Amino acid sequence: MTGSVSDRLEGKRICIVAGSGGVGKTTTSAAIAMGLAAEGKRVAVVTIDPAKRLASALGLEQLGNEPHLVDPAVFAAAGLEMRGELWAMMLDAKRTFDDLIERLAPDAESRDEILGNRIYQELSSAVAGSQEFTAIAKLYDLDREGGFDVLVLDTPPSRNALDFLDAPDRLTSFFEGRALKLFLAPTGIAAKVVGRGTGVVFSVLKRVTGVDLLQDLSVFFRALGGIIDGFTERARGVKALLADPGTTFLIVTSPQPEPVEEALFFHGKLAEAGMPFGGLVVNRVTPRAQEAPVDVAAVAADLDDALGASLAKKVAKTYADEQAIAARDAASIVRLARAIGTHDAIIVPLLDGDVHDVEGLLGVHRHLFAGDEERARLLRVAAGVEPAA
Amino acid sequence: MGGLRDQRLVVVTGKGGVGKTTVAAALALAFAAAGRRTVLAEVSGRDDASRMLGAGNAGVFRERVVAGGLSHVSIDPEHALEEYLVDQLPVKALADVLAQSRAFTYLAAATPGLRELLTVGKVWELAQDLRRTPGARPYDVVVLDAPATGHGLALLRAPRTFADAAHVGPIARQGRTIEEMITDPRRTAVVAVATPEELAVTEALALRAGLREATGRTPALAVLNAMRPARITAADADRIERVLAGAVPSRESARPALQAAARAHRTVRTQRTQSARLKRGLGDEVPVVGLPHLPGGASDPDAVLRLSRELARRADISAAAGAGTGAAA
Repeated sequence: MTGSVSDRLEGKRICIVAGSGGVGKTTTSAAIAMGLAAEGKRVAVVTIDPAKRLASALGLEQLGNEPHLVDPAVFAAAGLEMRGELWAMMLDAKRTFDDLIERLAPDAESRDEILGNRIYQELSSAVAGSQEFTAIAKLYDLDREGGFDVLVLDTPPSRNALDFLDAPDRLTSFFEGRALKLFLAPTGIAAKVVGRGTGVVFSVLKRVTGVDLLQDLSVFFRALGGIIDGFTERARGVKALLADPGTTFLIVTSPQPEPVEEALFFHGKLAEAGMPFGGLVVNRVTPRAQEAPVDVAAVAADLDDALGASLAKKVAKTYADEQAIAARDAASIVRLARAIGTHDAIIVPLLDGDVHDVEGLLGVHRHLFAGDEERARLLRVAAGVEPAA
Repeated sequence: MGGLRDQRLVVVTGKGGVGKTTVAAALALAFAAAGRRTVLAEVSGRDDASRMLGAGNAGVFRERVVAGGLSHVSIDPEHALEEYLVDQLPVKALADVLAQSRAFTYLAAATPGLRELLTVGKVWELAQDLRRTPGARPYDVVVLDAPATGHGLALLRAPRTFADAAHVGPIARQGRTIEEMITDPRRTAVVAVATPEELAVTEALALRAGLREATGRTPALAVLNAMRPARITAADADRIERVLAGAVPSRESARPALQAAARAHRTVRTQRTQSARLKRGLGDEVPVVGLPHLPGGASDPDAVLRLSRELARRADISAAAGAGTGAAA
């Protein structure tokens, strides 16, 4: 499993980009989608919370919660020819949730009851986990509609990447459980349906929660009762989709210790859950120019003629600091490779300036879509051990 | 310490990857060093801060001393629920019935926002004079290493949502009590952490807006983390670029060193722009304090200790001057 991202995604129709917050997931997702589209595929990328300028460059600010075609002129202007099509959307969690209810509700009355319920409103907008759930719901729909060769999903910025895998289960296991039945008949009958002890549970619950909250919850769950079948069917579909051979998870990390631990943890969970791991991208790596620690005095002496003593010393010191970071980053990469058992992570160096626009996407794209040799050369150029061509 | 001298609860949040945990741990150490009995709380059963402080894995829901005057606890909603039930119900047997009921477990897992409520409820409990946890002593200050901005705000919003939804009863009462504490500037402070980069600053500004909406408050302090030293001036950079474009000295390390310096200059330029943007966006009422980038990494006890000293010093300065000065300023 070496080569470019394009080689690694060969034959895949869904690419889920996972990793902890702040590692460049959104940029990576968009760059992958853009690259695949440039190669001639019809690609849709679902982003969660793109930087403002990237969002406006890709036209993501328009409403609709559906992918729309990004004007190829945007990329042509930056020097990239689009042989296929890039479609992009920004996920609207609440809207996705509402759509789902609308589709699954048996009639207008139960639909309105759910949409108007306070608990539902909280669930669909504010609650942690709703983004994870809706992202995957949207992915499922887009896959079913079948209008694209490849779907790329940027995952939500949850601190624990695992939330993403758990989200569908957490919300749906409930619907198959006994608790729902309890709420569908929140009277004495419930005790007979689900067995002894439930009556006690109920009276204790009332005491703990206060009666009104219980009523709100029970209205909520009763209303949802009408859509259980649709919901559980979807849940099964979503689970199957995540384990499908056409799906792959790309793990993105930065070389900092916490994201690295998170990436390893997530990789382990993927394996445990039997979900496909498609590769590792290490972003924002400080390029390493030399293995040995920097001899500040020697480097300064070499630059003395060109820069003068004072500046030469500043440059040498800056270089020493940077190489110390580069050494740490290299150790992180070794640790990742050992733990995951692959030596083919795609390394993207810390790119100059701003990666939150189309130019920036192209910068990342260059590394992701290069073959092994070219990628190694780009890293040498970034480190300065080889002049740019 | 700046706007954080008196509050009982200090909530640290910001974009993912900006160093929230490091800053929370450093703040907690600084409080402890100032003689306040401090507890550092992590959520979702995490214990990164504990390991950063060299105190190893935490184990869930166990308060333990990790440094002089500093305790640590890792909160998870399941244990918080259990403790809450035992406290609320007159008979322990009833709590056991509930905790062991599968129906109830499902309900607790599926009720929107309940995990957040239970977590923030435990944080509130840590900040009380009379502790609910049997045998526990009170703390002077609780530092919460909260999740990233969006989820962090959801945590702060949960008590009011439940209070509104329940109207009456214990949850409504409890929700309102917690909300009162969170919205009281004398008792609770929110610290926004960012790095001097576009997206992190954008999120810190979004936090300010979201916090106002959720609690009617502004952050008590903003921390600009990982500030690089501004060694290379614009004139230096011009000179370096000229050498890079022309005759680079032939020694092996010359080009990498020149490129590193040019890059460092560009980073510092971005840093300056983004620091200014953050300060402008936050206005005068939120002091901004810079913490230095540590080339050796910021995830070990020495680094956290160093940052805690910086924080103690700079946060005081910023409180007096009304605006902070970054490490690179």
